[in-house]
Formats: sequence, structure tokens, C-alpha cells
Amino acid sequence: MAETIVDVQNVHKTYYRDRIPVPVLRDLSLTVPAGEFVALMGPSGSGKTTLLNMIAGIDRPDSGRIIVSGTDIATLGESALARWRARHIGFVFQFYNLLPVLTAAGNVELPLLLTKLSKKERREHVRTALELVGLGERTDHYPRQLSGGQEQRVAIARALVTDPTVIVADEPTGDLDKQSATEILDLLGRLNSEYHKTIVMVTHDPRAAERAHTVRHLDKGELE
Amino acid sequence: MNILVLVFKNVMRHRLRSVLTICGIAVAVLAFGLLRTVITAWYLGVEAAAPDRLVTRSKISITFTLPVAQKQRIERIPGVQAVTHCSWFGGVYKDPKNFFAQIALESAETFKLFPEYIVEPEALAAFAAERNAAIVGTTLAQRFGWKVGDTIRLQGTIYPGDWDFVIRGIYTGRDTGTDTGQFFFNWQSIEQRMAQETPGRVGQIGWWVVKIDEPARAATICKAIDAEFDNSADETLSETEAAFAQSFVAMAGTIVRSLEIMSVLLIGVILLVAGNTMAMTVRERTAEYAVLKTLGFGAGRILGLVAGESLAIAGLGGALGLALLFPTVKGVATVLRAWFPAFPVDPPTFALALGAALLVGLLAAVFPVWRAVAMPIAVGLRRID
Repeated sequence: MAETIVDVQNVHKTYYRDRIPVPVLRDLSLTVPAGEFVALMGPSGSGKTTLLNMIAGIDRPDSGRIIVSGTDIATLGESALARWRARHIGFVFQFYNLLPVLTAAGNVELPLLLTKLSKKERREHVRTALELVGLGERTDHYPRQLSGGQEQRVAIARALVTDPTVIVADEPTGDLDKQSATEILDLLGRLNSEYHKTIVMVTHDPRAAERAHTVRHLDKGELE
Repeated sequence: MNILVLVFKNVMRHRLRSVLTICGIAVAVLAFGLLRTVITAWYLGVEAAAPDRLVTRSKISITFTLPVAQKQRIERIPGVQAVTHCSWFGGVYKDPKNFFAQIALESAETFKLFPEYIVEPEALAAFAAERNAAIVGTTLAQRFGWKVGDTIRLQGTIYPGDWDFVIRGIYTGRDTGTDTGQFFFNWQSIEQRMAQETPGRVGQIGWWVVKIDEPARAATICKAIDAEFDNSADETLSETEAAFAQSFVAMAGTIVRSLEIMSVLLIGVILLVAGNTMAMTVRERTAEYAVLKTLGFGAGRILGLVAGESLAIAGLGGALGLALLFPTVKGVATVLRAWFPAFPVDPPTFALALGAALLVGLLAAVFPVWRAVAMPIAVGLRRID
């Protein structure tokens, strides 16, 4: 049996809107084995993005533990958590979030600036990542010169260039047309099946969820 | 690519805004540098003063004259090496707007007490031999296109009538701050004409210049000189040349202080200009900083990005302002040369202006950096256009 790579234990999270408490996650627990492709589904406000953010170490629970690759990330300070994210998490956003002033290669290189790789090594990694997502010929294109699907592929290349432990994707096809969405899902599927990447994906799209091994539904902060 | 490349690309992202901000900072730095240069020029006389020279004037006011007969009594005071006198002439050259200092010197020997004025021996000989000889500074000669041999007519105000002088020499300055905008002539020309026209004004001089042996004893010698004439009809007030020059600065103290306040306010203006730009920048890029933090960029790198951009803009503005400062000062010096002996952009002004721009760059980044670093990533990611 594969080792557990993500272990969410009894997590609670409450947001406050105008001082009114809004519970988002209630005593939620979830385990994700290494190499798994998990889809989190649920209606808006169900807490799936909050859960994804916590797994990625960009939000903290009010209580409970989140252990990713053996580290209880809720106990890490901000600096340590930033370093941990750089090493273990590849994040794919719904709206790609590429820096418009950088080329595709520049965007993919960003996480590598935090490593000790040489310029040559970084360039090599960037080329490999872009070729992997099928954009080896577009390295010098700026985001404005790319289609939405291509931008998302650059974002996926950026997410995987550091060879992270987990790739988390928040509605990765939510802003794409059907064909581009299919290409992105194919790509994520390939990363999971061929490269054994653990993927946790939030989606509203049942067709996207079909690509995952496991689909978990959230409602009102609880897993069904 | 490295972080500096990203900083540069961010500076160039909104070119018009960056250019306008850089220009705004440049103008403010230019104005700051110009004001500091004016202030420096104002104090130049004080800084250029010789420590071994005293000035003795009428205790009532500089506008009151002293009897030439005081000379021997001053010379006898211990510590005094040499004594000479000067008198303000206050004539008009063609038009009152053509103001410049005209000073009657006791004799050609007076120049020995002012080694900062470099005069050719032939000029000194002519000055000693000819009653209407004049020696003028290079700045003054250039201003009016005078040359040796020219006759200059001044219309007297303190000493009425038309006065013709022949330029016999043009002196240069030994130091940067040496006043080369003055017109010197022999006091004997006044004395002889007063003897003919206003005998009651004969034997009167403006102020004494006293060379002393030991600058450390200046206070003691000043007291001794003034004590010599206590309770006489012509009481004196002696002070070091620096204090004498300072008293002129003090007359314009309010103006100088206003200039100093304005120069500080200008730093505030630069700060607002740069701060506004950086605040807008960070607000617009909230989501980007959240993305960078998601990728693992820590507070230090975010600080580097924001502060680097702010410093780059402020630095470019400062550099442009300083580059413009020199030709501007040159132009302003042409207008103000009658009032200031020299108008140099001194190294402290240069360093202060550049330092102010860079300090502003750092300060302008403080709030935006705090905002970018403190904002939770999840909140930042929600702010996507």
C-alpha cells in the first residue's frame, strides 16, 4: 500500500465576515496516498479551496493537524513554511497567474530562483518542463502572446519544474474552453500516471473529476 | 534571469507612470539641490573667511565710519601684525540693477592681507601709482566684458558725483569660494576728492581689517581693540572675519531659514511622489505577490522586489535631477553672480541630494512592503483581476 503523503486530521477553520463567524471546515479529515489523483468537489462555499490552500501551506487551520510528506505544516513559521512550499508544493491556479512581464521561460524559472541551481541548470530544467507540457517552442512568448490553454500549461510547467511532492490545482480548467480543458486534464493525468505525481485538484467540472482516481465531495465544510 | 531582472521589468511595466514619477523626483531633487546650493553660497563668505583676520567696525553700525587716526593705536595692540582699512563705495554702474561690491582699499599694500586675491605685480604697481586705478575680479570683468585699460564710470551715492576709474588689473581667486566679483580702487581717490568737496568727511574709513599672529587669541585681541576705543566718540566692535561674514548672513537669516525649510519640504514632496507610485504598484500587484509567496518567495525577497523597484525609480530620478543640477546652477549663477561670490555644487550638496532620493526610495517602500508581506496569501489570491 502506498504511503500517505497528505494527512489532514480533524481540521477546523472559521472565517469572520464583519465579525460574524463563518465556519468553513468542521472537523475535517482526509488522507491522500502518494501517487494519488484526488478531486475535491462541492458547491461554492463548501470549503474545498480552503482545504486545498491548507494542504498547500498558504492558509492555516484554527485547530487540527495537516501533515504533508511527514511535516506538520501548521507548526512551521512563515519563513520555514515559504521554504517548505518551494520544495514540496506545485500550485496551479484557475486564472494561471503568470507574471505578464516575464516570458513563458521566465515564469517557469521563477521557483528555481529559490534554489541553488546554476543559471545553466535552471535553463535546462525550464526547457524540460516546457517540453513536457508541449510548449518547447514557446519559451520566449509572453503570456499575452499565448492562448488560455497555453498559459495554463505554462503554469503547470511552473508548478512541476521543482519536482514538488504534491501538485495542487484550484479549478485548473475553470477558465478554459472545452478543448483546452481536455488538454490540461490530459496533461495532469499524464503527470500522475507517467511521472507518479500526487495531485489534489479542486473542480466544479464532473468531466474533470472523472480523470481523478478518487473524488471527494465537500458540503458545508464536511467531507461526505 | 534573476531578481534584479524582475525588478527592472517591473520598473518598465507602466512606462508612462514610471517616467512621470522619475521626472517628478528629478524635479524635486533638482529644486532641493538648487536650494542647498543657494544656502551653501550664502555661507561661502563665512567659510572662506581667514581665521587670522579680524574686522573692526563702528560699534553703532557698519554704515558709520571710523577715523583713520585709529590705525596707530590698533597697530600697537599685542598680537596685531598688520592693519589696513576698507570703505564701501556703493556706486552705480549705468543702472542700479548692475550691482556689485565696490571697495576702496587703503593702498596696494592692502592686498598683502588678502592672499586669496591673486593680482599681477604690474597691476599692483599701477594701483599704487595711479589715484584712479582699479583692480577688478575675473567674474566681474566677464560679467561686463571689461578688460585692462577700460575706463569705468561709477555714479556715487555715498560719495556723490561721477567717478571714473581705469582698470589696471584683473585678479583671480585662489580658492573656489573666493569672491571674484569685486571692484577695488584706491581710497586716496575718495580722500582727495572729499578734501576738495566735503572737508568734513576727510579721514574717515569704513572698517579695519586686522591681521593677527595667533587665531586662537582672536577673542582677546578683539577685546583689546574695542577696549582701546571704549568711551570715545568712535567706539568699535571687533570680531573675526568669519563672524563678520556671518552677521551678513544673519541679516538674511529668515530667508536662509525659509530656504532650509523648503529644502526639507521638498524631500517630503519626493516622498509623496514615490510613495504614491509604490502604493499604487503594490495594490495592483497584490495577487502577483500572493502568487510569488505561494511559490515560496519569503518576506525578504518580496521586500527586495518592492524596495528594489522603489530604489530604482528614486535612484533614476535622483541621478536625472543631479545631472540637470549642474547646468541649472550654471544658469542661475549667471543671474545671481552679483550677490554670491561663487555658486558651486559642493560634494555635500551632491551627496545630500542623492542620499535624500535613495532614502526616499527606501521610505516610500516601507508601507507597500509591509502591505505586500503582511497580506495573507489566500486573501491576496482572491484579488485577481
